[in-house]
Amino acid sequence: MRRTLILTSALCGLAFAAQAQNKEVNVVSWGGAYEKSQVEAYNKPFAEKTGIKVNMIAADNPATPLKAQVEAKNVTGDVFDIEVSDAIRLCDEGALVEIDPASLPAAPDGTAAAEDFLDGALQDCAVANIYWGTVIAFDTTKFADTKPSTAADFFDTTKFPGKRGLPKNPKRTLYLALIADGVAPDKVYETLSTPEGVAQAFKKLDTIKKDVVWWEAGAQPVQLLADGEVVMATGYNGRFFDAMVGEGKPFEIIWDGQYMDMDMFAIPKDAPNPEAAMEYLKFATDTQRLADQAKYIAYGPARKSSAALVGMYQDGKTEMAPHMPTVADHMKTAVMDDPEFWADHNAELTEQFNSWLAAS
Amino acid sequence: MAKALDPHAAIVTEAVGLLPEGTLQTADGQPLSRALARSSRRARRRAFLLVLPLLAFILLTFVLPIGQMLQRSIKNDGFSANMPQLSAWFDANPRGTEPDEAAWGALAADLQAAAESKTIGVVGTRINYDMAGTRSLFTGAGRKVRDGLEPPYRDAMLDIDQKWGDPRLWSVMREASSPYTGNFYLAAMDRTRDDNGNIVQVAEQQRIYLKLFMRTFWLSLIITCTTFLLGFPIAHLLATLPMRKSNLLMILVLLPFWTSLLVRTTAWMVLLQQQGVVNDILVWLGVIRDDQRLQMIFNQTGTIIAMTHILLPFMILPLYSVMRTINPSYVRAARSLGATSWTAFRRIYFPQTLPGLGAGALLVFILAVGYYITPALVGGSSGQLISNMIAMHMTQTLNWSLAAALATLLLGGVLILYWVYDRLVGIDNLKLG
Repeated sequence: MRRTLILTSALCGLAFAAQAQNKEVNVVSWGGAYEKSQVEAYNKPFAEKTGIKVNMIAADNPATPLKAQVEAKNVTGDVFDIEVSDAIRLCDEGALVEIDPASLPAAPDGTAAAEDFLDGALQDCAVANIYWGTVIAFDTTKFADTKPSTAADFFDTTKFPGKRGLPKNPKRTLYLALIADGVAPDKVYETLSTPEGVAQAFKKLDTIKKDVVWWEAGAQPVQLLADGEVVMATGYNGRFFDAMVGEGKPFEIIWDGQYMDMDMFAIPKDAPNPEAAMEYLKFATDTQRLADQAKYIAYGPARKSSAALVGMYQDGKTEMAPHMPTVADHMKTAVMDDPEFWADHNAELTEQFNSWLAAS
Repeated sequence: MAKALDPHAAIVTEAVGLLPEGTLQTADGQPLSRALARSSRRARRRAFLLVLPLLAFILLTFVLPIGQMLQRSIKNDGFSANMPQLSAWFDANPRGTEPDEAAWGALAADLQAAAESKTIGVVGTRINYDMAGTRSLFTGAGRKVRDGLEPPYRDAMLDIDQKWGDPRLWSVMREASSPYTGNFYLAAMDRTRDDNGNIVQVAEQQRIYLKLFMRTFWLSLIITCTTFLLGFPIAHLLATLPMRKSNLLMILVLLPFWTSLLVRTTAWMVLLQQQGVVNDILVWLGVIRDDQRLQMIFNQTGTIIAMTHILLPFMILPLYSVMRTINPSYVRAARSLGATSWTAFRRIYFPQTLPGLGAGALLVFILAVGYYITPALVGGSSGQLISNMIAMHMTQTLNWSLAAALATLLLGGVLILYWVYDRLVGIDNLKLG
C-alpha cells in the first residue's frame, strides 16, 4: 500500500515535471473526419518541427466553449477553430487577440499573406484555413431512374419521395428554401431581411416539414443517409466526401445551392500558451499546410497559392481538385455566409424557426 | 462537604438540598445549566466542523452558481457599463424627452470609447436582444466614429445611418441604460415592450416559450403516469417474491439504471427508427407494409418512450422500499372479513403504498421537467422541451440572460408544484427508502 502510494506520487510528480518542461498548445476543433485531417496536416508536422505537443479537443461548435471560457475567466484552449461570423462577433466583444496579417508567412513566390488569402479570409482577430460548403447529398441506390440534381428537387417529394435530413437551425435551412423557390443566390439575404421573405422561406419549408429528420451534429446527416433513415440530406461536403470516397458509400453530391462558410483559427485573450498558439496558427495557415489538409478532407484552402499544390487524396488515386467547394462550377449558385446579417438576425430567426418547429 | 470524585454523585448530593437558592451546581461549583450548555455547545461545534466541508461544497458548487444564474436573469450591464455618458443622460431626463444635442453627443462619445476598447460588440448584442437587427448598427457606427465626429452630432449620426433616429431604438436604449431589467423575463414569457414601453405579446410566429413550458409540464405528467402504471406491478412483484428471486429481478431493474444514459437513449434510436429493429420485425411479421413503417422516434412518442424507460427505476425503487414494509396480514385480514380482492387492494394495500408513490412521482416528475439530453436526441421537432431552449440559448445564441430567465421560471414552477404537493399530500409523508 505504502509503496504504491510513493510510486504513484513519484509518477505524478514526474508527469508534472514533464508537463512543465514540454511546451504544448491546446487546439479546440470540430472533431470527426475534419479533426483527423488537421491532426495529419498540421499537428504532426508542427510537433515534429517545433517539439511543441498539440492537444486536440473536440467540440460541437468551438465558439461555445470559447465564449464560456472567456466569460468565466478560465481560458484553457489556445487556438479555436471557429466560423467566420463567430470570429467577427467575438472579436467585436474583445474576446480575441488581434492578428497582424504582416506577421503571417508569405506565399512561396513571395506574395504577402494579405494578398495571398482569399477575400474575407483575413479578419482582425482570425485567419481562415478552409472554405467549406453545406451541400445536398443523396443515396444513389434510392433513385434508380432519375436522379435529383437541384435544390428544388430536394423539396420535391412527389418526384423524389423519401425523408430528408436538414440541420436544426435557420442559417442553413431558410436560404435553401428560398433558392428552391426560385430566389437568385445573390438576392437571398435581401429577401431574408424582409418579413415577407422569411414567410416565403417558411412556406417552402412547410411543404416538406413532415418528411424532415432534423440533425444537430455534423456526423449525423452521413449516418442518417447510411442507415437509410433519409434518402437526401444536407451536410458538410467534406464529411460526405469522406463517406463516399473513404468508405465507399453510394452517395452523390448536388452542388446547386451550396452554402459556403469559412473556418478560422482564433486565439482567445488570456490563452495559457500564447506564444505556442501564435506559432501554431502561423504554421497551420501557410501555403503547404493548407494544401496538405485538402489531401485528407475535401475542403478548399483559404490561400490562392495553395490551390496549385492540392494533389491526390490519401488513397493515392482520387484527384482532390474537382471535389473542392471552391471549384468555379460549384460556386455558380453558392450562397456565401454573411456574418453581419447573422449577427443581427440570428436570435430573431432562431426564435421564429423554433416556434415554427414546435407548431406541429 | 467532602469533595466527591464522581461529578454525578456531586450533582445528586447537591440536588437534594445543599443549595438553598435552588440552582444545581456541578462538583467544581459551576451552575449545572451553564456547564451543560457549554458541553453541548462543544458537541455542536464539533458536529458543525464535521459537516463544514459539505456545507462549503454545497455553497460553492450549488448555491453560488444558482445565485449567479438568478442574478444574470435580471442583470445585464452590456449597455450601461460601456455607454456611461448616454446612460447618465437617460438617468437625468425622464421618458418622453426628445434626445437633444447633449444626448447625441453622449452617444457619439460613448460609441467612440466603446469602439476603441473593443466593447462595441457587447453593446450591440445587448440592444439586439430587445430589438433584432440593430447589432450591425452599433458595430458599423463603431468603425466610422473611430475617425472622430464633428458636431452637430445628431446630423453626423443620422449621416452614418438613418436608423439612429428610430424612436424605438431610443426606447430600447433607455431600457438598457439600467443594468437591471425584467425584459429577459418578458422575453421568456413571449412578451416584449412596444415603442412606448408597454408590455405586449410578441408576434404570433415568434411565440414559443409558453407553449414549451406547457408541453414540458404536460409530457412530464404523462411520463410520471406511465412510469407509475409500469412500475407499480413490478415493485409489487419485487416486494412479494421470495428473496432469491426478487434479488435477481432487482438486478434486472438496476442494470439499466447503472448503464450510461447516452447508451440507453441511443439504444432506443436503434430500436425505434424507421429502419430500426421494431419496424423491421413488424414488416417481417406482415403487420405493416414496407412503405408504412411507423414513425416512433424523433417526435413526442420517442421522447415519452425513452424517458419513461430511463426514469422507471426512480419510480420502482421508492415504491419497492415502501411495499417491503407493508404487513401482508392486513390484506389477509381484510379478505377474511369479506372484502373482495379489489376492495382489499383499493382500501387496504394501495393507501399504504402512497408514501412511496408520492416520493416516486415527485422524483420522476422533477427529473422529467429538467430533462435535456434525451429529448434533444430523440425528440425531433415535436418532442423538444423547455430545457432544450435553455441549452440552445446557452450554447448557440449565447444569450445567457434569457437562458437564466427561462431556467429561473422553470425552477419557480417546480417549487410551486412542490408546495402544492406539500399542501395536498404532506412532505413528511414522503418515503424515499
